[in-house]
Amino acid sequence: MSDTVSKDNTLRALGVALAVAFVCALLVSVVAVSLRPVHRANIEAERIAQLELVLAALSDIGRAQTIDSLEARLVDLETGAFDDSTDPTAFDADRAASKPATSVAIPAELDLAGLKRRALLAQVYLVRGSGNAIDLIILPVSGRGYQSTLRAWLVLDGDARTVRALKFYQHGETPGVGARIEEPEWEAQWRDLSAYDDDGVLRIGVRSHGAGYSDDAQYQVDGISGATRTAQGVDGMLRFWLGDFGFEPFLQRIREDRL
Amino acid sequence: MQESKWRILIRPLIDDNPLTLQILGICSALAVTTSLDTALLMSFVVVCVLALGSGSVSLIRNHLPHSVRIIVQITIIASLVIVVDQVLQAYAFELSKRLSVFVGLIITNCIVLGRAEGYAMHNGFVASVLDGIGNGLGYSLILILVGAIREFFGKGSLLNVQILVPTSQGGAFEPLHLMLLPPSAFFIIGGIIWYIRRKRPQQVEKPEFTLRQLRQESE
Repeated sequence: MSDTVSKDNTLRALGVALAVAFVCALLVSVVAVSLRPVHRANIEAERIAQLELVLAALSDIGRAQTIDSLEARLVDLETGAFDDSTDPTAFDADRAASKPATSVAIPAELDLAGLKRRALLAQVYLVRGSGNAIDLIILPVSGRGYQSTLRAWLVLDGDARTVRALKFYQHGETPGVGARIEEPEWEAQWRDLSAYDDDGVLRIGVRSHGAGYSDDAQYQVDGISGATRTAQGVDGMLRFWLGDFGFEPFLQRIREDRL
Repeated sequence: MQESKWRILIRPLIDDNPLTLQILGICSALAVTTSLDTALLMSFVVVCVLALGSGSVSLIRNHLPHSVRIIVQITIIASLVIVVDQVLQAYAFELSKRLSVFVGLIITNCIVLGRAEGYAMHNGFVASVLDGIGNGLGYSLILILVGAIREFFGKGSLLNVQILVPTSQGGAFEPLHLMLLPPSAFFIIGGIIWYIRRKRPQQVEKPEFTLRQLRQESE
C-alpha cells in the first residue's frame, strides 16, 4: 500500500515539476525574444550617446565632426593591426574583457589601471582628413578610480603623439571632488598636451601634490585637491593604455604609416 | 476567524512589516537605497514579483506535492524575476543598470519565498495576492523612507532634483558622504526599528536568555 502511494507521489511530483518548468521556460523565452529588439536599440542608443560626448569634445577644440564621419575600426591590441573579422559597431568591450576566450590577463606589474584583464580587441574611431590621412584618433580608455571604474575617450592627433582631449563618459567618483574630472576647466588641461618627450618616452600623467617641479611638468596636468586617488587613477589609466600592453603597438604603426 | 481583505493588505505595513519586524530582505535594502529613484523602482519590482509569485503559488497549491514545493516555488519566482528584469532592461535601461544585480537577487529575497511558503501555500488566490502586495508595500515603505533620507542628506537632492546647494557649488550644505555608503542604511533601518518598537512595545522580542547577574565577589 505504502509503495503505491510513494510511487504515485513521485510521479505526481515529477509531473507537477515538469509542468511548472515548461510554463516558466515558455514565459521567459517569449519575453526574452520579444524584447530583444528593444534591448539592442538601448545598447545602440547608449553607444551613440557616448559618441555624442566625444563629438562635443571635438567641437570644443574646433574640430567638429558628425557621427557618420567617424570611422569605427577594431584593433588587435597585441599586434596593433586592424581586425576586420567582425562588425566594429557590434563589439561589446566589457563582455569581451570578461570572457577568457576574448581577453588576456594583464601582468600585475603592468596593470597600472587596475583592470586585471583586457579584451584582445579594442574599438577605436578614426577621423580622416584630406588625402585619407588620419587626422584624429579616438581611443576608449578605462581604469580604476577611487571608488568606480573610470571610462573615457582619449583623442590623439594624427601624429599619435599629441593629446587633443580627454572626455569621461562614465564614472562614479565622489560628487564635488573626484567627479570634477568631467568639469570643463579640468578637461581643458588635456588640450594640446604632448604625451611623449623628444626621445619617445611616455611622460603623460597627472601631477601629484607635493611633487614640486619635475622634468615631466610639461607633459602633465594638475591634479584635483581632495581627489588624490581619482587623479592617480586617471594617471595610471593613461599610462597603461598608452603603454606597450595598451595601444602603443597600434600607435607605433600609425607613426610608421604601416596600417 | 477570516481576516478582512483590507487587514491582509495593511497588516504588513507596520504591524507585521517584513523588514522591521521579520528583519528580512535587508541586503537589497542596503544596496538600492542610495537614491530615491532606485528605491522606488526596486519597490515597484518587488511588489510585482510578490503579488504574482504569491498568486501563482496559491493557484497551484492544491496540486503541489509536499516534497518538491520549495523548488517549484523558486522556479516560479525566478521566472518572474527574469521577466521583470528583461522588461526593466528594455524600458528603464539607465535605472536597471544602476540596480545591476539586485533585481536578479530578488530571487533570493527571503520575503518572496517566505510569503509563498508561509502564506500562499495555505490561502486562497485573492488573499495571497493581497498578502503579496501588502508585504511588498511594507518593504517599499521602509525602502522609500531610507532612500529619501540617504539621498537628501548624502546629495542634498530628492529624485535627482537638487534641493540644498552643496558647498562645492557655493552653497551652505555639506553632503554627508557616509549616507551614500552601506553602513548608513544599517543605522537608519536600526533607528526605524527602534522607533516602531518604542511606539508598539508588543513587537519587542522577548530576550532568549537573560544575562547572569554579576556576583559580588567577581568584582
